[in-house]
Amino acid sequence: MTSPAKKSKRRGEKRVLMWMALPAFAVYASLYLYPALTNLLYATQRWDGITKPEFTGFRNLTYLLTQDDLFRKALGNNLRFMLVVVIFQTAFALMYATFLLKNSKTNIFLRIVFFFPTILSSVSVGIIWTFLYDPNYGSITAFLKSIGMGSHAPLWLGNEKITLYSIALTQVWFHTGQMIVIYVAGLQQIPKELYEAADVDGATRWQQFKGVTWPMALPTTAVVVAYTTIQTFRAFDLIFAMTGGGPNYASEILVTQIYNTAFISQKFGYASAQSIILVALVLFITWLQRKTLRLKDGTK
Amino acid sequence: MYKVLRGSLLSIYAAIILVPCMIVITGAFKTDFEIYTKPLSLPAKWSFANFHKLFVESNIARPFLNSVLVAAFSVFFTLLFASLAAYSISRLMNVTGKVLFLLFSLGLAIPGQVNIIPIFHLFVKLHLNNSLIGLVLVNIALTLPISIFILSAFFKDLPKEMFECAGMDGAGQFRIYRSIALPLSKPALGATAIFLFVICWNDLLYPLMLITEAGKKTLPLVLIDYKGEYFASYSMQFAAILVASLPMVVMYLFMQRTFQAGLTAGAVKG
Repeated sequence: MTSPAKKSKRRGEKRVLMWMALPAFAVYASLYLYPALTNLLYATQRWDGITKPEFTGFRNLTYLLTQDDLFRKALGNNLRFMLVVVIFQTAFALMYATFLLKNSKTNIFLRIVFFFPTILSSVSVGIIWTFLYDPNYGSITAFLKSIGMGSHAPLWLGNEKITLYSIALTQVWFHTGQMIVIYVAGLQQIPKELYEAADVDGATRWQQFKGVTWPMALPTTAVVVAYTTIQTFRAFDLIFAMTGGGPNYASEILVTQIYNTAFISQKFGYASAQSIILVALVLFITWLQRKTLRLKDGTK
Repeated sequence: MYKVLRGSLLSIYAAIILVPCMIVITGAFKTDFEIYTKPLSLPAKWSFANFHKLFVESNIARPFLNSVLVAAFSVFFTLLFASLAAYSISRLMNVTGKVLFLLFSLGLAIPGQVNIIPIFHLFVKLHLNNSLIGLVLVNIALTLPISIFILSAFFKDLPKEMFECAGMDGAGQFRIYRSIALPLSKPALGATAIFLFVICWNDLLYPLMLITEAGKKTLPLVLIDYKGEYFASYSMQFAAILVASLPMVVMYLFMQRTFQAGLTAGAVKG
């Protein structure tokens, strides 16, 4: 079977296959891997982007981790933003997915409506919600006034204590529909017999949810939580459009701070060091989530 | 009890999505005073003044065209390169295929935004800043890993016998890719295309950093500009949002399923 002719044909085919992967590899290596590596180099330098960079070793990193209060604030904001969005978005998505599980006409229509914000740009969503939150003209304030609670309306984006949560609410509005669709696909895989068996046992809806839906949906929950987490680290566009990280850094997350450090303060080496921490953090959180959710899932 | 709860929660959520959309759509044709006093009503008089201003004074057609060009070329080349590479990975069962796959998977683990600083300096050096081609290149590089991931999973699920038969009939690998793998994967390619199109159309971070010339700006960038320029006029901002979102909305109305498939395909990576 392994005649020389066949062997050489296979080798020729292998060469063709390698050529087919080449364009993607070339772009990816030069515009993704190479920059990621130079980023490591930048992180060890003090550099304003104009004069010659000066090698400073680990000084950027140690300063960041031990003395930089603003960085600590952005890191804390980022984690709080992540937690709030992950908890609420996942809970809402799971609840609404159980409501919309059957493929009836109304359900399909509602899924289309709930999914709609996902296709908008972060900038558009940011502008829409800047209006809704507007203390003078915004619809939320108007609504609160109409039900006689106008005096309780806070400065949604102007009050340092709540800005981050206001943006988190916008993020949840923005992406819950996407997670509903993921959940619906996951929940529809659950064998109907399990629900029937629970019915026979006289289980209430809540018991069914606790005994069947929740454990069976854990793999999907893992996906939703992981995806939502990554999205919160990417919320640069939304935050830039709504507050730019203000007031007084109250809504600054890591990516907005990296952007400001590099392009406003012109500290490129320092910003690179910040982005290295961001990578480490994202990798760590992804690893942690996989571990805990897989353990509960019991499959691996 | 459950039915009432379910019905009211669904209606509340639908209102939370639809009311802001109605405010924006009607608001674009209203006066600012009307938006503040009667946000939900139809305009007393439909006015196209905002749109006239956007197209004539602000020349929004230019960034619109830039966005179309950047998104179209980015999606086309990403799909082309990614499908070639994904096919190659799914057919190279040996070490090379696995190494390639691992390398591209690295890109899934490292969030693309951490590369802003090196990309910025590299592009200034290569004179690719203030260039639409530069944006296209960034988009391709950033979206290749996830596209390859989605497509190679799809190619691996295609029945192997089909490829083997074609191979025995003397078709080369490129022929098999073009005449069998690609046509069979139309749904996956369509979903990925939508996914990529939404990302490229809506991206702010990289254009913000790379584009400063007015003539090269894309829609998200000018939306940010308008937010500053017309900060006192929400009706202008709403009109700009309508123009910028229109292509996506129209496409979504006709292809909700492809959108839902595409925009959740990126999540499979778990």
